[in-house]
Amino acid sequence: MKDNQNLNTFSNTVLSVKNVCKNYGNIEAVSDISFSLEKSQTLGLLGSNGAGKTTTIMMLMGILKPSSGEIKILEQDVYKNRNQISREINFASPFVELPHRLTVLQNLNVFGHLYGVKYLADKIQELCIDLNISDLLKRRVGKLSSGQKTRVSIAKSLINDPKILFLDEPTASLDPDQADWVRTYLEQYQNKTGATFILASHNMPEVERLCHKVVMMGKGKVIDFGTPRNLIARYKSKDLEEVFLKLARKDRV
Amino acid sequence: MILFFRRIYGMILRHLYLFMCSWPRVLELIYWPFLNMVLWAFMSKFLAQNSNIFLMASGVLIASVIMWDTLFRGQLGVTLSFIEELWSRNLGNIAVSPLKPLELVLSLIVASFLRTLIGVGGAGIAAYFLFDFHLPLFGIGFVLFFVNLLIMGWALGLAICALLVRFGLSAETFAWAALFFIQPLCGVFYPISILPDWLQPLSLIIPATYIFEGMRLAFFDGVFSIDLLLKACLINVIYILAGISLLLFSFSYAKKNGLLLGNGE
Repeated sequence: MKDNQNLNTFSNTVLSVKNVCKNYGNIEAVSDISFSLEKSQTLGLLGSNGAGKTTTIMMLMGILKPSSGEIKILEQDVYKNRNQISREINFASPFVELPHRLTVLQNLNVFGHLYGVKYLADKIQELCIDLNISDLLKRRVGKLSSGQKTRVSIAKSLINDPKILFLDEPTASLDPDQADWVRTYLEQYQNKTGATFILASHNMPEVERLCHKVVMMGKGKVIDFGTPRNLIARYKSKDLEEVFLKLARKDRV
Repeated sequence: MILFFRRIYGMILRHLYLFMCSWPRVLELIYWPFLNMVLWAFMSKFLAQNSNIFLMASGVLIASVIMWDTLFRGQLGVTLSFIEELWSRNLGNIAVSPLKPLELVLSLIVASFLRTLIGVGGAGIAAYFLFDFHLPLFGIGFVLFFVNLLIMGWALGLAICALLVRFGLSAETFAWAALFFIQPLCGVFYPISILPDWLQPLSLIIPATYIFEGMRLAFFDGVFSIDLLLKACLINVIYILAGISLLLFSFSYAKKNGLLLGNGE
């Protein structure tokens, strides 16, 4: 579990969310959420299905316009300065796939150009070594196993050395061994580069292991916010899963 | 500026890779225009043997088919290049990337141009060798006819992409069917004077109408009409601006309604 850190430290803030709301007509998908995150930290977004996690992530990445409020990444408004910010962020999700017909190398080439990566061949080689995908380069993405696809998806998401990486259930559908490999790799990457992660996950041990801060969401609202250790202590629980269940059931009532 | 071109190049590369990996896609590009051309070439031959008017202007039907395919493939090229992103559930990755909507539009247009060149170019070359077909020699004039057809195809293709962004793959049918709604109106195989009086004004707002009329004038009377070409160009300017605006507007709508990440089936 990540050690407790001062939640009120704003000196190194890379992400700040203030009073953000998102309405679809009369439906309030996200209601007045606020939180912040410092450099080199990992923020876990937790909540039941329909709690507003995906909506929040989409707004943080600048591909969904908030109805009101302010989201700043690297001190710039995400929606107004999307062109600059999009070069500094990236995204990996098993639910958004890379073109199946293209080989791994072709996919990395395409996204390398989209992100304007300098020395692209060197970068791809570096990612291949780090993520152990050298022998997959000439294989079509559609022919890969779930674990291989996840590693390739992470390679794509690191092609531009993002300062902020969004991870949507990165270990979903992976066996425990593969999932552990991915978590270890992400930890090592963060230690090496100082990147900031925003992680949406339903895997509580994963969140406990990777996240410095956790935002608990329910019905579009932030229902609690803190380090995993603080949350576990606050709800007198044995682990984050128990906290999650208590909050989810309370929220349902 | 370099990054602008690199991003467009990246998207074009994506489509080139797709063709390199998938020979059925390349075959499909060539197959239909070629088959259409062969069918109408034989029809032309038959009619030329039995009708003076076709003897006078042999090749007009082949030209009609090739030009219609230019329009159709131009539209389909834009739309299918975009649909590929929905089929592969890749739109989310592209939306998060620094690629701007206008750059996506430009990459779709270039991809469409390449697709059309392969498909219709192949049919044109086959017509030349198999049926001794050649277009009337009016220099750059006839090239501009083709350019206008392509631009109209791109404009319609972009408008259909706007529907795809808004409604997802449930709007896919428009990609295949939309242009066939226009076909009877723009006089591909006959002059629009054949149409009922009340329908003719509708024909006049379609750029392709002037191109097909101009093509027939060239074949039958040996005249190249700058007037018809200019009319097509003017309406096309409106069409392409409308097509681009519609797609940009639909992206803006998608950003307000969260359609970019989960768009697909």
